[in-house]
Amino acid sequence: MAVDTSDKPTGIAAADIPAMLKDAAISALLALALAIPLFGFRVSSLGTGQGFGLEQRWDLVAVTVAAVFVGRLILMPALRAVSNWLRERRGQRSAEATETIQTVLRFAKLVLLIKLLVAAALWPAFPWVDRWLLDLGILVLTYVMLGWGLNIVVGLAGLLDLGYVAFYAVGAYSYALLAIHFDLGFWQCLPLAGAFAAFFGIILGFPVLRLRGDYLAIVTLGFGEIIRVILLNWYEVTKGPDGISGIPRPTFFGLPFKRNPEEGVTSFHQYFDLDFASTHRIIFLYYVILILALITNFFTLRMRKLPLGRAWEALREDEIACRSLGINPRNTKLTAFAIGAMFAGFGGSFFATRQGFISPESFTFIESAIILAIVVLGGMGSQLGVVLAAIFLIGMTEFFRELEQFRMLAFGAGMVAIMVWRPRGLLAHRDPTIRLNDTKRGGGA
Amino acid sequence: MEYFLQQLINGVTLGAIYGLIAIGYTMVYGIIGMINFAHGEIFMIGAFVSLIAFLLMGLVGITWIPLALLLVLLIAMVFTSVYGWTVERLAYRPLRGSFRLAPLISAIGMSIFLQNYVQILQGARVKPLQPVVEGGFNVMQKGDFVVSLSYLQIIIVTVTVVLMASFSLIIARTSLGRAQRACEQDRTMAALLGINVDRTISLAFVMGAALAAVAGLMFVLYYGVIDFYIGFLAGIKAFTAAVLGGIGSLPGAMLGGLLIGLIETFWSAYFTVEYKDVAAFSILVLVLIFRPTGLLGKPEIEKV
Repeated sequence: MAVDTSDKPTGIAAADIPAMLKDAAISALLALALAIPLFGFRVSSLGTGQGFGLEQRWDLVAVTVAAVFVGRLILMPALRAVSNWLRERRGQRSAEATETIQTVLRFAKLVLLIKLLVAAALWPAFPWVDRWLLDLGILVLTYVMLGWGLNIVVGLAGLLDLGYVAFYAVGAYSYALLAIHFDLGFWQCLPLAGAFAAFFGIILGFPVLRLRGDYLAIVTLGFGEIIRVILLNWYEVTKGPDGISGIPRPTFFGLPFKRNPEEGVTSFHQYFDLDFASTHRIIFLYYVILILALITNFFTLRMRKLPLGRAWEALREDEIACRSLGINPRNTKLTAFAIGAMFAGFGGSFFATRQGFISPESFTFIESAIILAIVVLGGMGSQLGVVLAAIFLIGMTEFFRELEQFRMLAFGAGMVAIMVWRPRGLLAHRDPTIRLNDTKRGGGA
Repeated sequence: MEYFLQQLINGVTLGAIYGLIAIGYTMVYGIIGMINFAHGEIFMIGAFVSLIAFLLMGLVGITWIPLALLLVLLIAMVFTSVYGWTVERLAYRPLRGSFRLAPLISAIGMSIFLQNYVQILQGARVKPLQPVVEGGFNVMQKGDFVVSLSYLQIIIVTVTVVLMASFSLIIARTSLGRAQRACEQDRTMAALLGINVDRTISLAFVMGAALAAVAGLMFVLYYGVIDFYIGFLAGIKAFTAAVLGGIGSLPGAMLGGLLIGLIETFWSAYFTVEYKDVAAFSILVLVLIFRPTGLLGKPEIEKV
């Protein structure tokens, strides 16, 4: 409920108190106006056949207003003091030796990277990792992979794609349909699913990629919804809201993970002479998604060194300059769009094989928003940031499953807060990969 | 012919609702060049406030329908405007001057927040409202098919026309409107000439929210049921309307709203109901591809 933005001195002088009280009172008044209609009354059923009536909740209004008043009175000066202190420290730091700090930071980042990699590789082997944590690991890695895929589109090429989940859906449905109707295995379908998704990306991207950033965002959102509506209504192919079930599970180079495989088929545990355990399949799935995610990352890192990757970043920074230097903006953007879509397609077919069941429910706008939030939270363009953001966001939401209804509330508020607090994300990395001479930091777009 | 006429009446009514929401998008876009993604949610909050106000009227004992309608209209406009103002203040103002996509992402976050906020406070179940205004004319009759024009539809279209006329007048004639138009053209220059730019932008949000509240009220009256999710689709369609008419142009928003309402109604009537949302989105895509400036918009010149 910020009303006042003027920078006040850090110390809380006695003369400030009336002003602070007034400020807090204004906030409380605003909170009252916000709270009366939606906190104060609740439309509730009066029982079957009795129609609807109003339930009054004035205590809730009072508590909210009081909380805002006190919060504004105490919290805001405290926050301001903290931010002033931080700013002063940052000022001192930059005055001292930025060079060494940069080196130390880079080193710390490298150490963190290695730690994360080792932890990810050994995750199923840790003694405390049970089935639930293993599943959580798979989920987080799926989002890391999707985040990295979207990072190509949003972070590198600077195209805000709000319909990324559409390609994820295309990948999932193409695997499911190919596997069921043509009896193809997971490994044959994976490249096909990626190709289909990329193809969709090209079809959808071709007409719209010359649009400006925010128009593009809305159009991609529209495409995401169109695909979902088609999946819902094209019953003959997609089974509509019922979804597709009985999607084949992946095999370990042809060895299925089954306790009692069919006649003539050797199962994974028989081949390796192990006791049957259902976790084998989960561990295998974990490594599949880990490898897929690492491929995505490696691919992106290599792309950034190619002329095409350079062109993406250049386009993100200044489209007009690129055009005048002979880069074809549409084709360049199209490649980013298609490659991002391809990785979403891989992720989608992994999702389908892991779940064994898919329905349009899994591919709503909120899913796109979560992936986007991971990219944005991590700092657009930063690969490490995506990992941290995915662990944070997905881990948090899984740990607080009981608070289900507050999950998305906090999620939305978090997205706003991050934008207000650090618009460039937690690990901002929008610096171009190369720069010719170090004149000025940070480009605007 | 009769069927067509009936669909025309329904389409114009729906178009009036979309047009009112579209004004909020177009005004904000005109001034600060951002898509206020949370505007659909503001419309949804307006619908909820209207529903609550209606139930409150019953509780207080105001049963004379014109008075009740007027009071509900005022209540909805005032309280929803507060929401519009607060959203701008908290989520967008701190981002002014940030990189271009930041406000849009913030707006998406705000939209998710508001949806869940209303869901938690009011519950996820669909909320019905008893019909408030009943009856109407039979315009035409042929066999069993009756073309009807309900009083409610007349009210909706009349209120929309009156509001839009007065709104255009505000923009064209008052000093507030002049400030709005000045900020649209050049914010820095307007600030240099003594216009309080922040306040002008806030007022754009407040006016947009007030009109969205009216749209919400009409939605409650017309459909009789609402839930916390109505803002998403209505918001996108209204945005489509604003783009179709030419974003930044007020008459464009009205025209676009009318067209989207008509297209959606006719599509449902003559093709399939399931794909009516696809129709709206496809129009958005087609317009952006072939005529990005919309029907009444001015071409946008990109400056280096």
